Order: sequence, then structure tokens, then C-alpha cells
Amino acid sequence: MAKLTKDQVLKLAALSRLQLTEDEVVQFQDELSSILEYVEQLESVDVTGLKPATQVGGLQDVMRPDEVVSYQAQPEELRKVPPQSEGNYIKVGRMIG
Amino acid sequence: MSVAVHQWPSIADIAAQVADGSVTARENVEKALQLIAETNEEYNCIIATTEKRALNRADSIDADIADGKPAGKLAGVPFIAKDNYLAFGAETTAGSNILKGFTAPYQSTVIERLEAEGAICVAKANLDAFAHGGSTENSDFGVTKNPHDISRVPGGSSGGSAAAMALGLTPFTLGSDTGGSIRQPASFCGVVGFKPSYGRTSRSGVVAMASSTDVMGPLTSTIADSELVMSVIAGDDPLDSTTMTSEFTVQEQATLKGKTVGVIKEYFASGLDAGVRTQVEEAIDRMKAAGATIKEVSLPTLDAALAVYYIVVPAELSSNLARHDGQRFEFSAKDASSLEESYTKTRSHGFGAEAKRRIMIGTHVLSSGYYDAYYRKAQLVRAKIIKEFAEAFESVDMLVGPVAPTTAFKIGENEDPLSMYLQDVMTVGVSLAGLPAISLPCGMSSSLPVGLQVIGKYGDDAGVLAFSRACEELEGAA
Repeated sequence: MAKLTKDQVLKLAALSRLQLTEDEVVQFQDELSSILEYVEQLESVDVTGLKPATQVGGLQDVMRPDEVVSYQAQPEELRKVPPQSEGNYIKVGRMIG
Repeated sequence: MSVAVHQWPSIADIAAQVADGSVTARENVEKALQLIAETNEEYNCIIATTEKRALNRADSIDADIADGKPAGKLAGVPFIAKDNYLAFGAETTAGSNILKGFTAPYQSTVIERLEAEGAICVAKANLDAFAHGGSTENSDFGVTKNPHDISRVPGGSSGGSAAAMALGLTPFTLGSDTGGSIRQPASFCGVVGFKPSYGRTSRSGVVAMASSTDVMGPLTSTIADSELVMSVIAGDDPLDSTTMTSEFTVQEQATLKGKTVGVIKEYFASGLDAGVRTQVEEAIDRMKAAGATIKEVSLPTLDAALAVYYIVVPAELSSNLARHDGQRFEFSAKDASSLEESYTKTRSHGFGAEAKRRIMIGTHVLSSGYYDAYYRKAQLVRAKIIKEFAEAFESVDMLVGPVAPTTAFKIGENEDPLSMYLQDVMTVGVSLAGLPAISLPCGMSSSLPVGLQVIGKYGDDAGVLAFSRACEELEGAA
């Protein structure tokens, strides 16, 4: 693959919710391109007959009853974590225009 | 060669001393805090201590023992946790500015289990921010220095935990390993670092990096100490649905006689430092002399493991780090005029360069149009690596090789991100397959420690430790 363009880096930054400085754009354009170039060696690996690995341990889904259980984290401690809260609610900025 | 500033007794002996009252938990905690205070300016192992809470817990353990209440298996044993473990008594930063001001509302399962047996967390160790790196140079709290040579890195990402262990600040420390982050710093600092099978220890309450390979494990000075800590922290946890239900039981018998040991051919290719090669080969010769059968094993797809890792892991961590949006944690841009702007400003100011790089790589490989070429292909090659390991274990009991291609490198030596990633080349394959593996000190090269990597089949954690205990006895005799 050719080197990432400046526009591609800016698009990735936007999707990642990152705002880059001009220096960062130049730096990441080189660095991300060299990482992507390195990982492209996988193209030549023969994977005939294999299925994508989704886990390593052979675990199976288990069901549990949908019950409320008490846990060490108490609501009064949890609501101290976000920058804004009111009562037992977490406050966030307005989402709908 | 030991660089320890203090020699602790074995963990079992410390707990026995506290239980019989010959040493108090408070004395142990005060000693650990004193050692941290005396060394931190020079080595920067520690981000914060949990002094007040640790001393209170020590006093309550001492009071319980004086009252004749039963003492735990780890009564009064101080330890240091990597700062991505949620713990009471100090902030949990994961080495990143973006978590500044975050006080954990609950503790990680591993720490809860240790505390239930009387162990006491005294401090939080430095790490590459969000465990992204192999040197601690990516920490927003400055690099940790290698106790064997302060111009060199301690490895990473659990570099603070490994350096603290080499200095003997506490009898054990905790690390996390996603692609080598316990084994490589243990190798660089000359301590024992055990990465359990994926799912053997709970991930609950540890800041997530890559959910499909993250594992918690101990750094210790001996295998017996590692086994004792593992016997406390291992096990099924309802808060981590990937934990395995099978039991972890320490194997008393440790022998090399009759064992078949596979030497991983690909790990001895060009690029391996000559001094590391010599020490590892001599360790393998000692196994042979002790009665093990040695055979060369080839796992050809291991050469592609690093490329798989740097697709799968950024994909997972870019998703995990989406939660740092300025709404859920204390660190939040104050001058944002919209929610979108709050996300972007918070993340742009809070994340360091390495997290930004990995988030963008992860976003790229998961994006529509690229998913099949990168992520799906990586998971297919990962399946091939898992299969090759499983096939190798049909004819050998353990696989061995080096932990890293070199000994500890100089601070600033690997500034280019890709050359830093290449440090992980001998550890990531094991992580992608979820296997248990250890770094065991096996000698010195130019006054720097070298680690021997012992890898077992999935779930054979106790077997890897018992095998390593037999090797450790040989190393002691060497």
C-alpha cells in the first residue's frame, strides 16, 4: 500500500476524535505508514482451511439469572468518578441539537 | 548479580513471621515505604504510595492476630501493584494524564483476593501509559531506570514493577501482560515474571488494553513465591466472563528428568544478540545435563506474530479507549462548546503520542473497506499460530527460548515506534495463543540480566511453574 495521504491521516484522526497539530499530522503520516507497511506481510501467509480465531480458551457462553446483586462499588462512590453528577445521575453535555 | 537494596525472606516465611507475631505487618509496611522513599528519586519505580491506607490495614491485621484470629496465607506481606490496577488509597492513572484525578470506586479482583489473605498494597508502580510500550518511556510520569544500569530502561510496560522487584522494595509486585509486558521487563531486570494462561487470572478492575490477550500476573524473586501468589489470585471470577473454571494447584514435584523440551528455532534467527544467545543456550545445556531431552521445534508462522499483534491489539485498544471522552472520568476539557468538541479536546490533550498512534491504527484496521484485509486476515493468521503451538505440544512438554532479542537497551535508543514494537517479537505469539509463559533469570551478558522464556500448553500454568522451579535449582547451581 502506498503511504497514507495527509487527508487519510486527518480522516483517521477525526474518526478517533483526535485533533492533530500540523507537526503531528506529518509525524503520524510517516509512522502509521511504516507500521501498516510492516503488517502487510500477512498478505502472503497461507490461511487455507482456517477460521478466524475469536478466542483462545474454548469457552462457551453461560447464562445467569437476571438478578440484582450487591457489589463493592457503591453508588455514592461511582458518582464521584465523572466530572459532573447530580444525585445518582451522571451529567453529560447536550447530545441532541 | 543482585542489585537489591533489601533482601526479604520468602513470602511464606514473611506470612509465618507475621502470623506468629515475631514481625508485625506494620514493620513490613514501614520497611517497604522506607525503601520506596530512599530509592524513588533515583529509579522512579513508583507513581504514588498508598501509605495511609496501608498502615491502617497493617494495624488492623496485627490487631486481629493479637486477638487470636486466623492469619491469611499472605498476612502482612506488602506488595506494589502496577498503576493500571484499580486500588484504594491512591489515584489510578495507568501512567496517563487522561486518568489524572481518577480515584477507583472499587478494587481489582486480583487485589481483593490478595487483601483477603492479608497482603497489603503499599504503592502503585510506573508503566508505559495504558501499558503501551516496552520501556516505560511512554509514561506521563517519566521513565523508570533499570537498577542494573540507570542509563538503561527497565523494559515495559510493567517496568516500574520489575525495577521495584529487582531493588527488593517489596516481596512481590504485580504486572499485566498483553504482549510481553511482564516477561520482557522481568528479563531486563533479572527477576521472575509469570504470565498466566489467558483467563487464569481475572481482568476485572484492571484498565483494559487488549481484552483478548490481557492477563494479570506476579513478579517475584523466586518461583516458589510466584506459585504462592498465583494460588491466591488465580481462579474463576463472575466479574470476568473469560476466566477459566479449572483449578490452579501448585505441583510439588519439580524435575527435568524425562521431560521433552522444544527449542523454538525461529527465536534463534539472526537479530538475536550474541550474549543473550550464549546465556540461553547454556541454560538449555544445563537442562539437558539434568536429564531433559532437547529437540528443535519450528513454528514457521511465529515470524508473522508481530504483524498480527499490531493489528489485533490496536483494534481492541482503540475500542477500549473510546471511554475516555471527557464525560466519564475527571480529566475533561473545560473550554468545549459542544459535546463533540469536549470529546476531541479531552482526548487530544490527555492521550500521549503512542496512544494516539495505536488508536488511529486500530481505527484504520477496523474501518469499512479495510477490515477484511487487516483484522480478519490477522485473526486467520492468529488461528494458524494457535494451531502450530498446539501441534508442537503434541511432542514436547515445554517450549523454551529467549524472552527478548537483546538485554536492556539505553533510554532513548528506540525512538522509532516500529523499532520499539520489534522488541516484542518473542513474546507476542505466546500472548495471541493465550499460553502460560515465564521469564526466568538465566545469567548475565555484559553485566545485564538475560531471561529464559519457558512456555507451556494452554492451562498448564502449574506445569510451567514446576518446570521453572527445576530450572531455577540448576541456575542456582550454575
